Amino acid sequence: MTYAPAPAPTAEPAPQTHPTLTLPAPFATSPDPPSLLTQGAEAIIYKISFLTPSTSCALKYRPPKPYRHPTLDKRLTKARLLAEARVLVKCRREGVRVPAVLAADWEAGWVGLEWVEGGTVRGVLDGWVHREEKEGAEGEGGKEKEMLDLMMRVGRAVGRMHEIGVCHGDLTTSNLMLRPFKKGKAKREEKDSTRDTVAPTQSSREAVRAQLAAGKGTVSAERETAMTAESTAPAPAPVTQDTQEGREKEDTAGSPTLAGDIVLIDFGLATQSSHDEDRAVDLYVLERAFAATHPAAEPLFREVLRCYGESYKGARVVLKRLEEVRMRGRKRSMLG
Amino acid sequence: MASVQTFYLPHFPSNPIYIALFKDVSNASFLRQQLLDANTEFDYAFLDATMILSSTHLLAALFRTLNDSLHNRLKSRTIHSEIVFSLSPNNNIAEAFRRFGISATTNSLIAVKISMSPPSPSNPLSIESVQSHLTRVVQGTQMVFSDETLLGLTDLERLRKVYKLDSGKVGGGGAGKKGRNGKEESVVNGMNGFEDEVDGRLEMESVILGIMALKGS
Repeated sequence: MTYAPAPAPTAEPAPQTHPTLTLPAPFATSPDPPSLLTQGAEAIIYKISFLTPSTSCALKYRPPKPYRHPTLDKRLTKARLLAEARVLVKCRREGVRVPAVLAADWEAGWVGLEWVEGGTVRGVLDGWVHREEKEGAEGEGGKEKEMLDLMMRVGRAVGRMHEIGVCHGDLTTSNLMLRPFKKGKAKREEKDSTRDTVAPTQSSREAVRAQLAAGKGTVSAERETAMTAESTAPAPAPVTQDTQEGREKEDTAGSPTLAGDIVLIDFGLATQSSHDEDRAVDLYVLERAFAATHPAAEPLFREVLRCYGESYKGARVVLKRLEEVRMRGRKRSMLG
Repeated sequence: MASVQTFYLPHFPSNPIYIALFKDVSNASFLRQQLLDANTEFDYAFLDATMILSSTHLLAALFRTLNDSLHNRLKSRTIHSEIVFSLSPNNNIAEAFRRFGISATTNSLIAVKISMSPPSPSNPLSIESVQSHLTRVVQGTQMVFSDETLLGLTDLERLRKVYKLDSGKVGGGGAGKKGRNGKEESVVNGMNGFEDEVDGRLEMESVILGIMALKGS
């Protein structure tokens, strides 16, 4: 039997979400149309299904730039895409929370990244500032404590990344995601909060108990339903159930919960560097992002820096360097 | 008895993938010889099931194979040998077969067959034809291909070695190695062992997928 190069799948063309742009094969002709999520200067992000109909994936596509020479364009796209993917895999290897690389095609210019649930830290901060303004100075202390706890996690996450020799290059609050714990991962929340000397909440304990009673991890059960043979039709049942329950939880709490893992995203400008200068600039950029939200966010950033300083050996030196960077700005002066 | 299962990867609707899993295989050397002789009837990817971490692991390799085939850049001779190659962390085809392919001592076997066209009356390849042929030639117990079954088969130590996962903090697993949470090993009544193992495997899977995706770059 010989295998001729596969013809493009013959299914009817999908409705284009972006009329002027065609995605590379096989996504261009997929009956499962990608939905456009966001567009930057270099790349476009789509949400697609990947490997199973019920698994989501963020497709980061770098379209060719028509104003560049084709050869140069290919080389730049490839180099940038691979630099980003390699940094992500390195982070994953070392246990830093970033989206996993699921697939990549550097000739076609796309990389498939693990889908991260939840919202950005920027959204959380905006919501917090909004509430703060409404409630005035006498805001409840509980929320305050939760916010500081969140800042602690941000500081640690950035610290871990710097510790393994990665600098983000564009560390803004929009590139920090707060991923709520999965039902099956409730125990991690408990572990984390015990370590943080904050008493575990009753609800998280109950979740753990329910999880243990159920016997098996929801994750594997869910995947199994997703991968049952002959599954041409999507099996969205467990997913919708999940989100619904998540929403219910939020409703009862009155405001979105601040529990969750900090996941760093968008490593398009990341470098593998362990220079104090690059690390300090990362922190400086993050500081500006906090300041841009609201002056009231400043004490929060102080907490980020405090926890960053304790997160790894060498962090103190970076904080010293940060003071220098603050004086002159992000760019190093070339005078004198 | 379990039978061959059909999978469709999203975005490849015209390529049904037939997967079968066998335990206690006694004629592995015969099957391997058929591959070496390039017997056209044995156009399968025969994989050592102990080297497959999860269904996602295999599906990711299949995705890469189909995508490379679509762009006409297969590195090996057939699409089925390419599946074995896709699993490998490096560009050495012979090594890929030694590590992930069937060997004379293989006990647990995964047979994969990709069809290049959708099922139709005129297509000789169908789930029935694959099942009947495999039943005839493989001596072993057929199992359901699922994460559950693989959980009991995978050789985590060997996988960790082949993908060089020792340096980092990847994959706690059940082997009691320090995982991501290794520092705070506060086992609550020893009841979260199962969940820790699932977590460790998922973490390992994420890294392996990245390594496979970047192979050849």
